[in-house]
Amino acid sequence: MWQWLVRLYHRLGSPKWFYEMTERWIFWLALAAGGSAIVGLVLGLLYAPADYQQGDSFRIIYIHVPAALLAQSAYMMMAVAGAVYLIWRMKMAAWVAKVIAPVGAAFCLIALLTGAIWGKPTWGTWWVWDARLTSMLMLLFLYFGVMALQQAMESEEASYKAGAILALVGLVNIPIIKYSVEWWNTLHQPATLKLTEKPSMHPDMLWPLLIMIVSTYLFFALVVILRTRNEILWHERKRQWVRKILES
Amino acid sequence: MSLVRATVRRDLLLAARNPGEWANPLMFFLMVAALFPMAVDPNPEFLSKISGGVIWVAALLATLLSLDSLYRADVEDGSLEQWLASGESLYAMSLGKALVHWCISGLPLTLMSPLLGVMLHLPEDAYFALFISLAVGTPVLSLLGAVGAALTASLRSGGLLLTLLILPLYVPVLIFAASAVYHAGIGMAYNGQVAMLGAMLALALALTPFAAGAALKLNLSR
Repeated sequence: MWQWLVRLYHRLGSPKWFYEMTERWIFWLALAAGGSAIVGLVLGLLYAPADYQQGDSFRIIYIHVPAALLAQSAYMMMAVAGAVYLIWRMKMAAWVAKVIAPVGAAFCLIALLTGAIWGKPTWGTWWVWDARLTSMLMLLFLYFGVMALQQAMESEEASYKAGAILALVGLVNIPIIKYSVEWWNTLHQPATLKLTEKPSMHPDMLWPLLIMIVSTYLFFALVVILRTRNEILWHERKRQWVRKILES
Repeated sequence: MSLVRATVRRDLLLAARNPGEWANPLMFFLMVAALFPMAVDPNPEFLSKISGGVIWVAALLATLLSLDSLYRADVEDGSLEQWLASGESLYAMSLGKALVHWCISGLPLTLMSPLLGVMLHLPEDAYFALFISLAVGTPVLSLLGAVGAALTASLRSGGLLLTLLILPLYVPVLIFAASAVYHAGIGMAYNGQVAMLGAMLALALALTPFAAGAALKLNLSR
């Protein structure tokens, strides 16, 4: 198992291998992401029972929670990819880190917007300075910082390294930001899903949510793979194998 | 180590001979704090409620203002290359630079804060909390800021970018420090918040010089 992982890791470092391998994955990933999104949304929007307090407005949870989860884990993935680049100088990791940033920021924005739309009917206001909203906003700022820094650097190598360092500093800071704002102010309902506890939701409501989370992650994987393939084509454009692809 | 000591001494001497370097952020601190009563409400009762937060926000902005130039001169005149070539630990070097920055920004701000407290009608009980929170909190700002300064040192318009990178990282310090001052003002215990600030300082002391050292090397790979 370990040997296999090491080999896979070494292979992932090869742009050509990645490009050819993902060629086959794209179709299935798209199918799985699209299919599970349809199933999750239909179940969630049409079949899940309405909430006894929030009525139908709670259904936005099927977009909100997956986006918020993904925004956080995307940051972590970006930082880890950045660390891999800093330590082993793996070009692929740098490209992956670079392409994740805008996608993660987009999901962060979606989480904030859907949260605002959800907040209006339930709390009666678009925005409150609540702990989780604030920490998501800070996460968005961290994403913006990484993107702005990468863009400002003149040399490509420096932009990757600088982005990776900032992402890592941000990664250490995320839990601190989270706990500090939580101590500061909390109005948000407690987390819907916790790994350590039995879910408090009705299964009919929970299943579509879990399906939507899986679907969002699949979609994220698809987008990141597609964007990474673009990066590969651009950076390897002078290589023989890329020329062959582009000519055909 | 002698190189670090020499650099720290040189930078402090430069700051002493060029008073603008440490005086301008101080004036900025004073002016920003003076804007709030004019813009919001000069009523002492209202001011005493927000004064702790206002002073902290002003201190944070003033710290950011002086960060931009932390490494710029060293990158431009080639000192940075000499440090790298000397094989001296960049960890110690960035720690030393952050210390210098704190001496010319955080320390004067801390010493001047009671004056602002008077102007903004800070509750009497909160003076010590303000002082101690600034004394423990501003070094964290300098240390975190040094990472941003190292990342943007070779960029032409690094100043604004630096603030964008660093401000979100300052949020925890701001929250705990402002909360310490507020709680002291209403007569509650604030040692928990100060302890958290101390923990952040310990963490920042241990970790940020690594990031700043790694970021410094980037400025040569242009």
